[in-house]
Amino acid sequence: MPALSPTMTEGKLAKWHKKVGDAVKAGDILAEIETDKATMEFEAVDEGALAEILVPEGTEHVAVNAPIARIAGDGESASPKPAPQAKAPAAPPSAPTVPAAPAIQHEAAPPPPVVAVAQETEWTGPSTTMTVREALRDAMAEEMRRDPDVFLMGEEVAEYQGAYKVSQGLLEEFGERRVIDTPISEHGFTGLGIGAAMAGLRPIVEFMTWNFAMQAMDQIINSAAKTRYMSGGQMHCPIVFRGPNGAAARVAAQHSQEYASWYAHVPGLKVIAPFTAADHKGLLKSAIRDPSPVIFLENELVYGQAFPVPAEGDWLVPIGRARIARPGEHVTITAYSQMVHVALNAAASLEAEGISAEVIDLRTIRPLDVDTIIASVEKTNRFVSVEEGWPFAGIGSELMATVMERAFDFLDAPPVRVSSKDVPMPYAANLERLTLPQAEDVVAAVKSVMYR
Amino acid sequence: MAVATKRKPRTKTDQGPPPEAEVSAEKMLEFYRSMLLIRRFEEKAGQMYGMGLIGGFCHLYIGEEAVVTGAMAAIEPGDTIVTAYRDHGHMLSTGMDPKGVMAELTGRRTGYSKGKGGSMHMFSRERNFFGGHGIVGAQVPIGTGIAFAHRYRDNGRVSLTFLGDGAMNQGQVYESLNMAALWKLPVVYIIENNRYGMGTSVSRSSASPNLFGRGAPFGIPGYQLDGMNVLAVMAAVEDAVEHARSGKGPFILEMLTYRYRGHSMSDPAKYRSKDEVSRMRQEHDPIDQLRKRIIDGNVADEARLKTIDNEVKAVITEAADFAQQSPEPDPAELWTEIYGEVGEARV
Repeated sequence: MPALSPTMTEGKLAKWHKKVGDAVKAGDILAEIETDKATMEFEAVDEGALAEILVPEGTEHVAVNAPIARIAGDGESASPKPAPQAKAPAAPPSAPTVPAAPAIQHEAAPPPPVVAVAQETEWTGPSTTMTVREALRDAMAEEMRRDPDVFLMGEEVAEYQGAYKVSQGLLEEFGERRVIDTPISEHGFTGLGIGAAMAGLRPIVEFMTWNFAMQAMDQIINSAAKTRYMSGGQMHCPIVFRGPNGAAARVAAQHSQEYASWYAHVPGLKVIAPFTAADHKGLLKSAIRDPSPVIFLENELVYGQAFPVPAEGDWLVPIGRARIARPGEHVTITAYSQMVHVALNAAASLEAEGISAEVIDLRTIRPLDVDTIIASVEKTNRFVSVEEGWPFAGIGSELMATVMERAFDFLDAPPVRVSSKDVPMPYAANLERLTLPQAEDVVAAVKSVMYR
Repeated sequence: MAVATKRKPRTKTDQGPPPEAEVSAEKMLEFYRSMLLIRRFEEKAGQMYGMGLIGGFCHLYIGEEAVVTGAMAAIEPGDTIVTAYRDHGHMLSTGMDPKGVMAELTGRRTGYSKGKGGSMHMFSRERNFFGGHGIVGAQVPIGTGIAFAHRYRDNGRVSLTFLGDGAMNQGQVYESLNMAALWKLPVVYIIENNRYGMGTSVSRSSASPNLFGRGAPFGIPGYQLDGMNVLAVMAAVEDAVEHARSGKGPFILEMLTYRYRGHSMSDPAKYRSKDEVSRMRQEHDPIDQLRKRIIDGNVADEARLKTIDNEVKAVITEAADFAQQSPEPDPAELWTEIYGEVGEARV
């Protein structure tokens, strides 16, 4: 199974284009592989005959690097081996497997993890399991059905079905008037969306990643965020900017950046960075209905994760309210987006050591749910902030200042920040891992505030 | 005396500017009054700036009055306007109240933005005026987006998007031209070429001084014309608006005009000669030109024009008094209108 994207760990063998015994030339299409992002044709790089198919079509969750077929070169027997398929992976060393092994060594991928989440307290109805990707798509589709002024624009959102498959099916349902592929012109189409919002429409602008939105920074801040204020309330800018934020995997410095603190700095913007599928859905729907410009930060690594999501009704999560992802007694850990996962893993291993950590999923960065954080710190008396962004003037800095201002007398230890290292993102796998906050970093931070 | 006639629609839009508009006597006098209102307003604003009553940046439109006046005469109710920061003339032309504009300049609560916007940031929903934008070129994608909304709603409206010669070297302008042409958006780009982007002349900033021609690679038609002649402007904008409204996509008009004053209020004026400025004033002034045609063509006599002068003067005096007497914003206003309320009325 070839790795066809930086974050791919598994794929579905959708279709074989060759059958056993067929001659194969380099460049021939061998099979169609379906990943979490797209369905792609896969070409042969070797010549010979297709000796054996190891993974039949229709098989899902085939791990990257698992052999899927054997091509026999000159002088080799092209006839299928009679051996049973039970222990498939070990292909003969003399026979090139399809494909040549990619550089990245992934472990065999498990099926999509189902992360247990504390539901919104008010939700008691039935739930269904869906990925964050599906939750985002459903949120947009529901709001587009509800409000004819809502439309989606961005690079590859329509015919390609979304660079990360988030807008899958929307073109088909809503047509090209409301699902619009833009040229690669972030500055221009951001300003265009803002103009449309000022004229009364409700645009959703997708950035293929937030890294590219730096091209459009002036429009987002000077035009979208400030218009209501500097027009004395006459002009509104109801617009949602959304897309994946932060590091994905091995895409290096220019494509791995976390923007929460950049946008949270600006009065006039709301900034949302959810983790669970239910929160992605409920908060995106709230963002689309919000009359202010909203920055909606997603994370590519979370798109494929599955969570329970309310199965009926109009599921809205209020902007500006944090969620206790895991109740605890001894220390408060705040996190948002993918870092909630890291914080929960840390909390699980701390529990084994007798430390009960309360994990708060901030969900909204601006307006910040200060009351929930302070109430927790007043209970635990210890505070650790976790974020994927850089430390200097980061979200952790703001949280730290807030806790000092509001709960200084409740603290039993100086709070600690866990963040990305203060360096551009390196490419090498080991350096990348060192750069990003890991569960063990959170564990160490918690122990330091516990004096253990 | 000119007689109002319906001009024959031209079949081609790329053959250069049409003959100037033929308008009624009343319309000519209305133009005279509108341009004079802008001139006197800006002179008063300059004076009040000197007195410390207006702060910050203040970009005066003196010399360029024919461009916006002719353009506004060519559009229909519901068409929208957006421009950059040399915007006082545009606001007055859309019918916004000079009192509210001047009070915004003095930073008072009765200003169009309640004193929170200032010279560069004023808007009027009622008059379809979308600002007032302070970053060179930023209003161009916004105007293109307003056109996108017109087409999305299929409401038959056109977006007039004004920009300066300086903005023509901003990248986002070309991103906008591409999308406007690609999606055939109903937008007319009006370049107010006053020869200088701040203190740098077009020839010193632009590899190709043919600004309207920069739409050609996108298939956007356009031409250059005398922006000091209000009747020529009106005819050209009618032409371009008809093109955009009929679904043929964007159009570019390059108005050759001239700014008599500095870029903003503190301008060393080292980049051009006094002679150049006085020659433009004497030979090409848009108001003098129209005045001469009114008198020479017996459209109206001196006495009638004098009456208009006095009326305009009274309006400006009233606006200046209002702007000085209005109270400053309530301190509580500092914290309002940063975010909207969920469920608020849509605008």
